[in-house]
Parts: sequence; structure tokens; C-alpha cells
Amino acid sequence: MEKKAHVISILVHNKPDVLARIAGTLGGKGYNIDSLCVNTTTQNDISKIVMTTAGSQATITRIENQLQRLVDVISVDDLTNVESIYREMVLVRLNLTAQNSEPVKKAIDMNKWKVIVSGDKYVIVEITGDKTQIDFSLARLESLGITDITRTGLIALKLED
Amino acid sequence: MKLKGTQILLEVLKEENVDIIFGYPGGTVLDIYDQLYKSDLKHILVRHEQGAVHAADGYARATGKVGVCLVTSGPGATNTVTGIATANMDSIPLVVFTGQVPTGLIGNDAFQECDITGITRPCTKHNFLVRNIEELASTIKEAFHIARSGRPGPVLVDLPKDVMATQTDYDPANVKFRNYEVAHKPAPKKMAKVFDMLQAAKKPLIITGGGVILGKASEELTHLSRKYQIPVTGTLMSLGSFPGSDALWLGMLGMHGTYYANMAVSHCDFLLAVGVRFDDRVTGTIETFAANAKIVHIDIDPSSINKNVTVDLPIIGDTKATLKDLLRFLEEHHYAQDAASRKTWLDEIDEWRERVPLTYCQNGEVIKPQYVIETLHKLTCGDALITTEVGQNQMWTAQFFQFDRPNSFISSGGLGTMGFGLPAAIGVKCAFPDKHVVDIAGDGSIQMNIQELATAAQYNIAVKIVLLNNGYLGMVRQWQELFYEKRYSHTDMTYAPDFVKLAEAFGIIGLRATKPSEVEAVLKQGLSVNKPVLMDFRVSREECVYPMVRPGESISQMTLGSREMIN
Ligand SMILES: Cc1ncc(C[n+]2csc(CCOP(=O)(O)OP(=O)(O)O)c2C)c(N)n1
Ligand SMILES: [Mg+2]
Repeated sequence: MEKKAHVISILVHNKPDVLARIAGTLGGKGYNIDSLCVNTTTQNDISKIVMTTAGSQATITRIENQLQRLVDVISVDDLTNVESIYREMVLVRLNLTAQNSEPVKKAIDMNKWKVIVSGDKYVIVEITGDKTQIDFSLARLESLGITDITRTGLIALKLED
Repeated sequence: MKLKGTQILLEVLKEENVDIIFGYPGGTVLDIYDQLYKSDLKHILVRHEQGAVHAADGYARATGKVGVCLVTSGPGATNTVTGIATANMDSIPLVVFTGQVPTGLIGNDAFQECDITGITRPCTKHNFLVRNIEELASTIKEAFHIARSGRPGPVLVDLPKDVMATQTDYDPANVKFRNYEVAHKPAPKKMAKVFDMLQAAKKPLIITGGGVILGKASEELTHLSRKYQIPVTGTLMSLGSFPGSDALWLGMLGMHGTYYANMAVSHCDFLLAVGVRFDDRVTGTIETFAANAKIVHIDIDPSSINKNVTVDLPIIGDTKATLKDLLRFLEEHHYAQDAASRKTWLDEIDEWRERVPLTYCQNGEVIKPQYVIETLHKLTCGDALITTEVGQNQMWTAQFFQFDRPNSFISSGGLGTMGFGLPAAIGVKCAFPDKHVVDIAGDGSIQMNIQELATAAQYNIAVKIVLLNNGYLGMVRQWQELFYEKRYSHTDMTYAPDFVKLAEAFGIIGLRATKPSEVEAVLKQGLSVNKPVLMDFRVSREECVYPMVRPGESISQMTLGSREMIN
């Protein structure tokens, strides 16, 4: 069966070890988590976890069922099968040198990257977009000399209930 | 009312109708034990924490209630892990209380600290660390609720010492916790499909599973089978859910299933599987399992559906309520089996049954283990609660002791835990002091929790141990005989204690039989006294369990021992 990336959105009760339970359920059964994003919802006691994992449809159904068994899990939703939007965010620090400061400034203007901090020695930019956009931006930045990055997991929201 | 944590614990246990707990004290639970000293709650002091969990587990399996144990932190807690995993694999409702170091020391590698919620996360249904006194009562209540609701399972509650020593206002009416019970949803469209499938079927078959016992659905299942003359086979965990003495019962299926049960599964054209999870020991090669059948699978746990076997119609629901719905639907729509085709099917099964019955040969001067089990059945008229250890003893019990009632066969199926039977029997006997409670044991397994003989002796818990002593780790030896050209690598157990003397050293009765002619007398004597008894039966050393489906083969391909391979 065809293996493909699935984005799974999980609503959970915000208990101290809920993430460990979810990660353990997947890891213990031999499934890999490729990307993960967790935060509270508008209710402090309920969190949303968005997780990317790859597998055949049968594997994904099995994962959904296993997660559903956990006492702290409220709902499990495979967003891949419905229309959804996807975003990631990356923070990039570029150390400025005599050679690269001009091209860096140009690239920032051209790509409309958001500058968070700008100093003499470095600049930090914030980029959001879907996975392809981020990969594309990172490829460009690479040539300008990235010093450090932090990239969030994927978040997603379905268009309709 | 202001109460201390330890008092709240005992109050909530009372509200949950807990009448007995199995436990072992230590530093972090001293306060709880002090409270127990002042209380009238019955506590059985085991000799090893693993024994406490198996005893609570046996109690739960025999009564259908939640079993409870209490142990200290660190090594006390880690000693429970095998017991918890055993209960988890068989979906047995337990609440295990572990002591924990004071909250201020958690994470400091304090003396006897261990992260028991971390350790048991993958082998409990759920677990809790109680961080403050305000959550104590609701957490305990929730633990009991989770243990018994839906697909049951063990729940661990970790109790830091300081939390238990703190006082708070306690009012049972104010204790709130989440409800996980899902209301049963009838599925009339699915019932109509089952109706059509049954109507079209010429060779229908039912597989009953442990879920029928856990869901208390034996009556409905038996009614369905008898009313419409549908033969029944079952998994190890199902034994007793359908009367073993009924002509429609085909015995267990799978690796050591009967020839006729495995043939019926392989030839049926409609299969109703109730409360099973299609373990690999049951199915053999998946591709050929019930290859000709339309399969309907009823189970309360969606994660059991299509996990191993892909089915035609899954019905997620409580086994009892769903079978009730099905019976009602069939009745209202006047389902009636075609008598002629049903007779042909039952005749076909009977032919298999006659061709290869479940049998053994008791001749000569050596005791056959199967003979001991059959004689035990005869002498008790089947009216006994039986626990087993793991290995050949377990499989022969499943094959040769006819179980007519649910909750009477108590065995570690999913995890296959050697050492389960004796402590489990102690738990069962505590629940049913007036019944015969017998652990059918192997000489290897019994040594794994033999210390519990002291528990039985201390409280005069009159369990009977029928030891099928073959001087081998028999089941492993069988695999070595069949698949490793008789290289018996580390399975010889002849270096063992004199079990009769050992029993006497523990202060219980020890008996021995070495000849077939002594079997009945020893069993009679052992059963007649109201004391724990260990009966050492020196049985045929290299007897094998047959039929046997070799791993990786289809269940219609059985090795039948001295007979030819038949299929
Ligand atoms: C705790 C544990 N360790 C190892 C095993 C593997 N095992 C399965 S059956 C068996 C032999 C059991 O020997 P015995 O209790 O004498 O029973 P017999 O098969 O001889 O009846 C072993 C070692 C197990 N099931 N459980
Ligand atoms: Mg043995």
C-alpha cells in the first residue's frame, strides 16, 4: 500500500504527561512522528496537537484508533482527507559580513521576509508559509550563509467542520 | 469533614465497595498501613508484589469486579509491572496503588523513588500521579471508573507520601470526575446486513472471545447459538462463555485448538466473531484464516477492528447490548435457518469430530497429564474455579477440562505469564471461599511465585495446586522436540525441590501420585480438606500438546502427534 504523509489533529485534555502518552503510543508501536506542534486552545485545559506521520491508509487508521483509546484524547482527526490549510514558521539568524550584508538586505526586501531583530553583526528574520514555501526560502537563505534556524512543526486547520 | 489523605483513600475504597485488597508495606505507604490497622478493610499480605497484582487480577476475573492492590514505592512498585502487563493484555479491571516519595523529592533520585507512571504508561489503561490532596478523591474515583468502563484494564495511582499525610475537607457528594462511559448506539442497518449474511450462509460459525466474558454476554451468545443452531468455537480467553458440554461447542480454535474447530473455521462461509482480537495464536497465517467466510466482528474497542483480520462488517459496541440487538432483530424479522442445510453443516463438523477427536492415551504405568485433568473434572463435576500457569499445563486444561460457566477459567492469555496461577488462585479463593479453587500448574511456573504458599498458609486460603510435574519447561521442550531436533537447551527442570516436603515446609499439605492408579485417590484427598494442598503428579515427561498448528502455517494444517498430518 502507498505510504504518504498524513497530518493528524488531536484534541487532548491538557494533563502533565499527555504528550508522553501520545508519543509513547506511536513510538511503542513502531510509528515515527515527523513533525509535531502542541499548544493550548482557547480553553486552557484543552490542547491541540498537530502531528505529521507517514504511512498507508491502513496504518494511519490504526494509529488513529490507538490514539483514540487514550483516556486523555478527546478527538482525532486526519486532516489529509479534508480541505485544510497548513503553516510552518521558521526563525533564521544570518551573521552579517562585509560580503553578504548587501545581498542579504536585497533578498529580505525582495522576498518580504519579516525582520524581527536587526543589528550590525546579524539579522533575524521570521518566515511563515506552507512546507514548500519554507523549503524554498531556506534554500535561498542557504546561499547567503545561515547561522542558525529554528523551525516549528506543521500546524493545520481544516476549512470546514 | 476534615480528613487526611490516608483516610480519604479508605473512604473512597468503601464507597467503591472494595471488600479486599492485596498488598505489601514499605516506607512510603507506612501512613496508609497505619490507617489500615485502624480500619476493618480486609488486607491480604502477600509475599511478593507480583503476587499481589495476580491475586487482585484473579479476584477480578472470577467476580467481574475491580481488583485492588497496594504497594510501596521503588522496588515495590517495579515488582508490580509483570502483574499489571498481564492484566492489561487480558483487559482486566484493576486499581493498583503505589506509594511515592514526597512531592518535594520527586525527580531527585530520592531513596526508593522511581518513575512508576512512566514505567507503566505502556502497560496500563491509564495512570495517575496525585500531585495534591484536592485531587485525591476524584482521582481514585476516576481510576475505578476507567478500570471498569468500556474495554476494562488496569489503572495505577501513584500516591506521594506527603499528599497522603495532608488534610482537606472531604464530602463524597462533591467529588466530580470525568465520565468515559459511551452510551450504546444500536445499529439497525448493520443488524439487517447480519440478517442477510446469515440468510445466505450455509455454514455459519460463531467465535466467542474474552470480550463475551468481560461484557457479561454469555447468556445472549448461548441463546443465539442454540436458538439458530449455530456451532461455536472460542479463544482461550473465552472458555466458559459458552457451555463446554453443549453439542454445539467445538472447543478452542487456533494453535492448540481442536481439529474440528480449526476445520470448521477454515470451511465456514459466515463467521460471527464476538469480543475477540484475532491474536496470531488464534488465526495462524492470516491469508488463509476463514478464507471462505464473510466475517462480522463485534467488539467494544475500535482499535481491535481490522487490526489483524480484515472483516466484512465491523460492529463497534458492547458485546451484550449488541447481541441483544441482534437477537431482537432476528426474531422480529423471523429469521429461521434452513434446517436441511444446517444439518448438512453440523454433520460435516461431526465427521471431523469423529475422525480426529480430542484424545490421549492413558496406558502403562506413567500418569498422563490429560488424565489428571479429566479426573479432576469428573471429581468436581466441573464445579470448580480453575486457574492455570503457562505452558502445556495451560493448554491441556483448556482442552480437557470442560468449562460450562463464564469466569471459571482464569489464565494469563495475552502475556502468558508463568507464575500467574498460584497467586491468582489465592485471589479467586478469597472471593469464593466455598468453591473448589484449583491451580493447574507446571513445575517450572509454580516455582516463579512459590512464595505465595506462605500467604495461603497464613490465612488458610484453601487453594489446591494440581502440579503436572514433567521435570521440564514442557512447552519450550515441545518446540525444541519439534523444531530443533530435540536439542533440549536449558529446559530440563529435574533439579527441583521435593514439592511435597516444600509444601510441608510452608505449613500446607503435600501429596504425591506417581502411578495412574493413585491419581483419583490423591485428588479426592486433596479436594476433601479445607486447607491449601499441593498435589505433585509425576507425569509423562515428553508428552506433547496436540493438535498443533506450526507457527506460520494455516490453522487447517495441524500436526496431530502420532497420527499422520491431516488436512
Ligand atoms: C515469565 C515467563 N518466562 C518464560 C516464559 C516462556 N515459557 C512459556 S511456557 C514455558 C515452560 C513452562 O514450564 P512449566 O511451568 O513446567 O509448564 P509445562 O509446559 O511443563 O506444563 C516457558 C519457559 C513465560 N511464558 N513466562
Ligand atoms: Mg513442566
